[in-house]
Amino acid sequence: MAESAAEVQKHIRTYLVVFVALGGLTALTVAVSFIHFGTAGNIAVALIIASVKASLVAAVFMHLISEKQFIYGVLSLSAFFFLLLMFVPVLVHDDSTRTKWHPPAPIVETHTVDHVS
Amino acid sequence: MSGDHHPELSFWRKYIFSIDHKVIGVQYAVTALVFLMVGFSLIMIMRYQMAYPGQSIPVLGNLLGSDESAYIAADGSMLPEGYNAFGAMHGTIMIFLGVVPLAVGGFGNYVMPLQIGAPDMSFPRLNMASYWVFFVGGVIMLASFFVTGGSANSGWTSYPPLSDIANEGGHYFWNGQTMWLLGMVFLITSSLLGSINFIVTIIHLRAPGLTFFRLPFFVWAQFITAFLLLLAFPPLEAAGVLQLMDRLFDTSFFMPSGLIVGGQILDQYSGGGNPLLWQHLFWFLAHPEVYVLILPAMGIVGDVIANNIRKPLWGYNTLVYSSIFLGFMSFVVWAHHMFITGMGTTLSAFFAATTMIISVPSVIILTCFLISLWGGAIRYTVPMLFALSFLPMFAIGGLTGLPLGLPASDIFLHDTYYVIGHFHYVVAPGTVMALFAGIYYWFPKVTGRSMSKTLGLLHFWPSFICMNAVFMPMFFVGLAGVSRRLWSQEEYELGALTMGWVRMSSWGAWGLGVAQIPFIINFFISIRGKKVDQNPWQATTLEWAAPSPPPHGNFEVTPVVHRGPYEYSVPGHKNDFSPQHISEA
Amino acid sequence: MSAEVLPYTVKPHPVSGLYSGKMGIWLFLASEVMLFGALFSTYIFLRVGDPAWPSHEETHLSIPIGTINTLILITSSITMVMAWASCKMNNIAKAKMWLTVTAGLALAFLVLKFSLEYYPKIQHGNVPSKSTFYAIYFTMTGLHALHIIGGVAVIAYFIGPGAKLWKTDPEYYTNRIECTGLYWHFVDLVWIFLFPVFYLL
Repeated sequence: MAESAAEVQKHIRTYLVVFVALGGLTALTVAVSFIHFGTAGNIAVALIIASVKASLVAAVFMHLISEKQFIYGVLSLSAFFFLLLMFVPVLVHDDSTRTKWHPPAPIVETHTVDHVS
Repeated sequence: MSGDHHPELSFWRKYIFSIDHKVIGVQYAVTALVFLMVGFSLIMIMRYQMAYPGQSIPVLGNLLGSDESAYIAADGSMLPEGYNAFGAMHGTIMIFLGVVPLAVGGFGNYVMPLQIGAPDMSFPRLNMASYWVFFVGGVIMLASFFVTGGSANSGWTSYPPLSDIANEGGHYFWNGQTMWLLGMVFLITSSLLGSINFIVTIIHLRAPGLTFFRLPFFVWAQFITAFLLLLAFPPLEAAGVLQLMDRLFDTSFFMPSGLIVGGQILDQYSGGGNPLLWQHLFWFLAHPEVYVLILPAMGIVGDVIANNIRKPLWGYNTLVYSSIFLGFMSFVVWAHHMFITGMGTTLSAFFAATTMIISVPSVIILTCFLISLWGGAIRYTVPMLFALSFLPMFAIGGLTGLPLGLPASDIFLHDTYYVIGHFHYVVAPGTVMALFAGIYYWFPKVTGRSMSKTLGLLHFWPSFICMNAVFMPMFFVGLAGVSRRLWSQEEYELGALTMGWVRMSSWGAWGLGVAQIPFIINFFISIRGKKVDQNPWQATTLEWAAPSPPPHGNFEVTPVVHRGPYEYSVPGHKNDFSPQHISEA
Repeated sequence: MSAEVLPYTVKPHPVSGLYSGKMGIWLFLASEVMLFGALFSTYIFLRVGDPAWPSHEETHLSIPIGTINTLILITSSITMVMAWASCKMNNIAKAKMWLTVTAGLALAFLVLKFSLEYYPKIQHGNVPSKSTFYAIYFTMTGLHALHIIGGVAVIAYFIGPGAKLWKTDPEYYTNRIECTGLYWHFVDLVWIFLFPVFYLL
């Protein structure tokens, strides 16, 4: 990006606006986490806010918005495989639910005790 | 880097910490060849135990055997622990320290920039770092043989929970399995640095006129391989970190609740993890890894065949598109290694389907090579013989893979010698033969001298016969149902029945070892052998436009490309080859 | 020396629109996406499979410290981008100042992380081996902290010995700062996900 100093000056204003937005969204996500929408609801809200923040960082700070196509190619490839990776828990879950094996009793106990202290 | 106005570099900067892609390529290749020899020696020792269980290994047994040894007992016979350790390290060394560094680090580094007419790689210093990180990883792997308790012994796949608790007798950190993981982290980092460099170089440093569809097939193969390395390796790195956590800090990523080992509950672990998670993350890497092994080999075979049939490769575009599709599909087939883990039928069906789909581009590539031969004036040079042998061997390897890709037949064949036969046909007679083709083909470029044809033939024919003698019997042993992981299969009725085949494999392996002697002799005497001009094979691609050996900076004048990569026997041209960089026919 | 001979070290390539270094760093980030992707995938898997997954009252993670650290990282992202903008405007003194602030904020993040989060947790026996929650928490935040340490090292290099390049080739130096920035924003971006995942959910 061969920009002149004046153009960079203009960008700085955008950066500051994004900075304020990121701060605001951080406050929002903390505040919202104290409201109960149910587990799924809370996860959805938190992830949506995080995604918005991440997109702001990627688009503005990382100049993704003004890059040429090549990067989009690489990123969409890696985004696709990233989604594939998210598929792994489903696979493992499918595996483990098919074999209905229950752990011996004493271990289950220590396991739950773990989180109390 | 143009060479003329630079002061003479010191020995260290020129040969050891060089940033010249050619020196780095040679460093990679030589290191990888040494590792291939180490890995092959391990299996030659193991094959004695397989063929003659419990008997003292001739010569080496007395030499290496002692009461302290973790591998070989004082009477010279192989210990079960030693067998497991050698087996695990054979796989690891051959794949991660041998074939990949030779195919990608060696040939990729040396040949690819020359073939695209570049003065060097885009990031020369990164390239050097990549080699040295690889070297450190290799040293860690080798050093692990000498620590208390011996090297890693949980298979090259390191499946937990076995690998989580393996080598517990050794040092807290410097034990076999932990060093294996540490070594892997280094090797993965090295591949990552290399792959970034390859992609940027191929996109940015192509000579003027060298469009993507004028690239030699070898460059395409390296390009796709680099993407596989870039995106498939990090999940294994993550898995490696998780297993390191399990081993060093007793976390339970891969430890299920209530695991009982040797009658004792492992209570330092909280439980709650799942060993299958490792398998998924591992195979998410390791299936693309198969194509990392095979694609550069296909690239070499493509170049060598086109050069020796004296006509263009049949279906160049088809080859390229098939390879791209192959690379992409290799990410969505990984769970076919896990059909017997209790995976649901829907998912099994999905992965069986993708596996069948991925065999299509492989067959297309092979068919393109085969049709290329039709009507060609074939020159039976040594590299060509190796390249030709790749075709049937890879076909056997590929086709025997189909029954493993279908859950119904895989349930029987899983973890038998059949699997070993299958993937060795792909990697050993397939990829390794292609790599030999590459060595014979590009040796004149690297040294300016040609290799002896007589010794080459003495290397080729025994190797070709022995390769089949080693791996073909494995199919029969496997179909009989013998497990691949037995220290002494003779003890089992089933195993005893197939001992004849096992012995044949072993004798084949030792024969294969002997067959490499002409190659080693050839390699060393040819360094001072007959001088040849810069294009001894009368080839068309750009690496032959540079002097042999190419100087620092490669080309005297940056070449300009006028045509496709394989314009042999073009009607109306005065020679039967039309180099890419020469405009007039 | 490589800058003179190898094309596209400083100027962007006409087709990709990137100079080599920038393409390299983007490819590196693509692989980092896969690295953290595998870890997030592990997190989901462990959480879904564990009925006793601790709620955020039980995890002893402090939301105020997490929030402060998030704000610190976001601020360091903007100071990083200011360093690049200063280079663009030919003001190396200001650029170095912004780089120093960035490194300082990163160190503040690390100090808070280690002294107020890791240390007390280990003191109370909430070590990685205690449960899969702590295991994945320490692994992911630890790996992220390693990325921060790496970033600080690179930034320190460009404040110190790396800054010599400015005198000979300011554009090259500016590009390097941009690449460092890209990496730094990515580290920030990972934290933007780590924060809600561990602290809020």
